[in-house]
Amino acid sequence: MADAQEKTKQSWIISFVGGIGALVLTASQQFFSTIGGMFLLLYEAALVTLRGLFLPGAKIGREALWFQMIRVGVRAIPIIVLVELAIGMILPLQMFPKLNEFGQGDQIATVNAIAAFRELGPLMTAVVLSGFAGASIAAEIGTMVTNEEIKALQAMALNPVSFLVVPRMLATMLMMVVLTIFADLVMVGGGWLTGMRLGVDPDVYYQLSVTAVDIAGFITGLVKAAIFGVLISLIACYLGLSVKEWEGSNGVGQATTNTVVYSIVAIIGADAVFTVIFYAYGLF
Amino acid sequence: MAMEHENISEEAVIELDGVTKSFGTQKVLDGVNLHVKRGEIMVVMGGSGCGKSTLLNHMIGALTPDSGSVKLFGRDYATMTDEELAETRMRFGILFQSGALISSLTIGENVALPLREHKSLDDNIIDIMVKIKLELVGLREHADKMPAQLSGGMKKRAGLARAVALDPQILFYDEPSAGLDPVTSAQIDQLIIALTRKLHVTSVVVTHEMDSAFTIADRMCMLDLGKVMRIGSRKEFEDLRDAADGELKSEQDLLIRQFLRGGAEGPITDRQQSSGYADDLSLVATRTQ
Repeated sequence: MADAQEKTKQSWIISFVGGIGALVLTASQQFFSTIGGMFLLLYEAALVTLRGLFLPGAKIGREALWFQMIRVGVRAIPIIVLVELAIGMILPLQMFPKLNEFGQGDQIATVNAIAAFRELGPLMTAVVLSGFAGASIAAEIGTMVTNEEIKALQAMALNPVSFLVVPRMLATMLMMVVLTIFADLVMVGGGWLTGMRLGVDPDVYYQLSVTAVDIAGFITGLVKAAIFGVLISLIACYLGLSVKEWEGSNGVGQATTNTVVYSIVAIIGADAVFTVIFYAYGLF
Repeated sequence: MAMEHENISEEAVIELDGVTKSFGTQKVLDGVNLHVKRGEIMVVMGGSGCGKSTLLNHMIGALTPDSGSVKLFGRDYATMTDEELAETRMRFGILFQSGALISSLTIGENVALPLREHKSLDDNIIDIMVKIKLELVGLREHADKMPAQLSGGMKKRAGLARAVALDPQILFYDEPSAGLDPVTSAQIDQLIIALTRKLHVTSVVVTHEMDSAFTIADRMCMLDLGKVMRIGSRKEFEDLRDAADGELKSEQDLLIRQFLRGGAEGPITDRQQSSGYADDLSLVATRTQ
């Protein structure tokens, strides 16, 4: 009897350790296959895009691109205005007392403009779009997989990458840039409103904002925005396409959730990496 | 033979030889040999999970076999270049189970899609061709509707119009009558026969609806547990279905007969029940003690 108990105890420990090992193995395997798959998809999409741009006769599908840009961008505008206006009003309000101690209350304009153009404009737009564009793209493509639509495209000798992925990727990238410029301006506008309440002269605020943003800061912000756009759409398309036909609505839901989570993680990570790179090259 | 249609030639357009496929540890196809002749309607039947869909996916090149070869028009998928694969894919059409229409496009645009992408045709000519294809399936007046506005049967007919858009030489049908009412299902059957004869195409129909199978088939193939149990003419299968108990000796024939007749009692049922039900229960009993 004791012998048997000893045995079950041992097998419990073994299965526990083995379980952890298996978990780590599958998790790392999944991680690397996901990253690898995304790189392959990005490579193929880039190839298709270049071919479409430079080879005569290759079809690009401007209609599809235009449709996707409207779908990705337009609906997100109210939320972006709300978020950026709120941050633009809050940040200077929090900075003002400290700066005012040094008699530099006006400098909230500088702080706010730099924060907007270099960081919070692109970042918050990307976070909003990871919901608006990322989730909706993942859900759409995932549903197309479960409806056998992707298989139908392939069977018609149509490449899902050029047909679905490229227009969505280009649209998200372009709209990220456009919306980021928009978001930057809204955030500066929000700070301007707060500044007026706090007694900063509107003209001084405007002048300080303009001097704060140099061309490098503006461009690096937009470069970031474009990269965030590629990341969001790449993750969304990849996870959407990785839904299996038999997973049904469950798989689509999973892909949608993962898209938002992975996108935000990837955006923050890329943000850190690119800020360091820009800093190292003296662009900051 | 009376039922052999005049269009059928002896030349095989689809050749599956020793096709084996496993998903994980489960062997879904186990050495399948199947040759489909030009111009015939081949019906592939079998119960749920017997590997019918997997077989179809091999024929359209969506899956590659673990071993064995799949040839279309004499060319092996395994050795095709991307261009050859695209070219081969333009020579066959598929009707998917749900129709698989692109949900963001109208019915007309769906049918126009392969024409627009693969042929450099004038828009007017594409419009005419779309109208012809839709008329073929009786949906011409619905060209501007979205797929979501159509019933299941109409979706399948629209999917069929799209499948024949490029005038394919082979048509694949995945469960064409599943989920349809008897009348619509019979209409689809007639459409399959008409298309095969009129357009001189070869048809492969995967189904488990026996009424439909016996209506359309030139030859039939019965799959079970990933193996081909029997390939024969419709007549052979009709004889097997109508055979009395005493005439059938082998277990295999009894099994096929049960499937063809759709009876609840027979070897298939025995197989499902013999998986240790009593042992399973007694195990629970000992655990609770």
